[in-house]
Amino acid sequence: MEFAYSDEQQILLESADRFGEENMGAAARLARLAEGPEGSRRRWAAMAELGWLMLPIAEADGGLGGGPVEIAALMEGFGRHLMIEPYVSCCVFAPALMQGGGDKASELLAQIGMGEVRIAAALLEDDGYSVFGVDTRAEGDRLTGTKVHAEDGADADWFVVSARTGGVYGDKSGISLFLVAADAPGLTVRRFRSSDSHRHCSLELNDVPGILLGERDTAVARIAAAADRALVAHLAEAVGSMEAATAATLDYVRTRQQFGVAIGTFQVIQHKLVDMSVACEESRALMSVAARSLESGTPDRALIAAARVRISQCGVMVAQMAVQLHGGVGTSEELVVSHHLRRQMMLDLILGDRDYHRARFVALSDA
Amino acid sequence: MTPSLAPDDLAFRDEVRAFFADSIPDDWKTTVRSGLRLPPETLTAYQKRLADRGWGAPTWPVEYGGTGWTPAQLSIFWSEAAAADAPPQFHQGLELIGPIIFTYGRQAQKDFYLPRIITGEDWWCQGYSEPGAGSDLAALRTRADRDGDDYVLNGQKMWTSYAHVADRMFVLARTSTEAKRQQGISLILVDMDTPGLRIQPIHTLDEKHHTNEVFLDDVRVPLSNLVGEEGMGWGYGKVLLDRERMVAAATAMFLPQTLRAVREAAKRRRVPGGTLFDRPGFRSKLAQIEIEALALQAMVMRLMADAAAGADSGPRGSMVKLRWSELIQQATGLWVEALGPAAQHFEALDGNGKTPPDMPLALQGALYSRVTTIYGGSSEIQRNIIARRALGL
Repeated sequence: MEFAYSDEQQILLESADRFGEENMGAAARLARLAEGPEGSRRRWAAMAELGWLMLPIAEADGGLGGGPVEIAALMEGFGRHLMIEPYVSCCVFAPALMQGGGDKASELLAQIGMGEVRIAAALLEDDGYSVFGVDTRAEGDRLTGTKVHAEDGADADWFVVSARTGGVYGDKSGISLFLVAADAPGLTVRRFRSSDSHRHCSLELNDVPGILLGERDTAVARIAAAADRALVAHLAEAVGSMEAATAATLDYVRTRQQFGVAIGTFQVIQHKLVDMSVACEESRALMSVAARSLESGTPDRALIAAARVRISQCGVMVAQMAVQLHGGVGTSEELVVSHHLRRQMMLDLILGDRDYHRARFVALSDA
Repeated sequence: MTPSLAPDDLAFRDEVRAFFADSIPDDWKTTVRSGLRLPPETLTAYQKRLADRGWGAPTWPVEYGGTGWTPAQLSIFWSEAAAADAPPQFHQGLELIGPIIFTYGRQAQKDFYLPRIITGEDWWCQGYSEPGAGSDLAALRTRADRDGDDYVLNGQKMWTSYAHVADRMFVLARTSTEAKRQQGISLILVDMDTPGLRIQPIHTLDEKHHTNEVFLDDVRVPLSNLVGEEGMGWGYGKVLLDRERMVAAATAMFLPQTLRAVREAAKRRRVPGGTLFDRPGFRSKLAQIEIEALALQAMVMRLMADAAAGADSGPRGSMVKLRWSELIQQATGLWVEALGPAAQHFEALDGNGKTPPDMPLALQGALYSRVTTIYGGSSEIQRNIIARRALGL
């Protein structure tokens, strides 16, 4: 079992790390965030220049065909510097949903790779995480329904929308995927900012024209495979973030004096940092195993669900501890540890919460 | 939790229940349940209503305008308030400086300040923490130098909650440089409109403005603003920190409010096969926190029984603070979980954004709750206190 990155993968990680340091460094972070979507667009263009946006896209669609491990190397850098650009949603998840989905899909995939178009997946309904919880109906190619959350969807030009072409809410079959333009008639886009500065949206579709992606009625397997690919990318992001939060905390407890000594000399503080570093180690190992499994082409889906549950637990715990050990300043906007906590809390919810993935683990490992 | 009540207490409970019935507007409830404070003007109006009823200072002796209630009555009052989704009273004046003034203050200070605290006329903030002096309060550096009939204060305070709305601040400052770090610290009352005092907001991860830095540059206050004796402020500060842990005891009684909010969010959330609340896994997680909250309430009652018997409760206040802060973190975390994908919708970017009724307060509450294991003596410090005082380690 290979855990180390290859030279090329290591270069990707280092380049993402350098980019993050230059563009989203802790010191300039608040100023960067205050620039809003404008700054994000600038960074997105720079990422396109570097070839990152086409990395995960299949070669057949004009991309570089990067695999899960290459994506993980890049995402570690995203996580270390909490870059807020919609990389996983737009360059990993949506392309995986769209791959082999027809001419329009191919055309859009090439444009994603060039940084010309942004696409977000809009699959979740009501308040369920289940991909079967679909009520949105397709009459021919016209869609009506509500999507409660599209990750990073606020600035998307297109959406990949799941809709029922057969069966009823909760049925595993009869679900299809459609491409919907953000400016399509009948579509209402409600945009939200989350506490980690990502920009999301919900959708209301009222007889909106869509373009069918791939085969009708058979989208569930495609969604599950794409979600696993996105999940593993986010796991790498979580590992990058928790390692950075731990490193910042280690620096802090070595310098912060209380009762006349550095607080890092207190055993209780040492033990907490030990727990944090064990959690980092555990998460890194699990992430690597999950990424390699996905890369093998015959992914162990129960393993990926397990990795998602455990790494989310570790990530939130580490970020909470980082805030705790910084004391009051850890809760301030000024310090990057509070940003790591907010990101970890949101990563814990993307594409399903821990309960959802634990249930998925049970179903997959009992199957 | 309903302990068996004496007939007098039953009558009292009915009286309190009647007072709170229908008196809490719906738009207060989500804020209260998330552990966040209502806007200061709202809390002040609430305080005034309690004062008009004679209940402005539930924990104070009658001679200073308090209720003189027994611990059982206090516990009933807090339980009923919690059940009605009433907010906890703002504690800085009532629980922190008020008792110090009536214990150590001079007569003129008692006559002037105490009634104003009870009616909500004065909003107090606490000038204790400093950069470098948080849990290690003896490291504070703010100076108060005598000059004629005045003290001249110079220094910087941190984490001064609600300094931006406060009328007055109670400050710990050095009045002499003694060899021992705890000596030479005095407790001084400062009006917030005194020249030389400057407030700068601290932006926190929950994006709700509640805390500040306060800069004191040649702030002159009369010598008569000293509380008790010069140089003895450390001792009063310790009394106050003990009281702060009692505040946690009162706050702990309000935990069921948050758990009710979690229930409601889970009942609202549709998932395949029913609502989230119907799922045994979720119910089991909620039940676990509810069970621990019941245990906490039992601890609070024991603490109150100690008080009734005049017994030293030892470090039980620290234990309550420790457990309450852990539980409010878990409860608000579960609330965010119950909200589902929409929990990521912190703020609408367009005019037409529609969020669940408890957003963003639930998430703000979950983020804000991280500070409960830091403020008022961090959990690490509380454990040190318990190790020392209960275990003799």
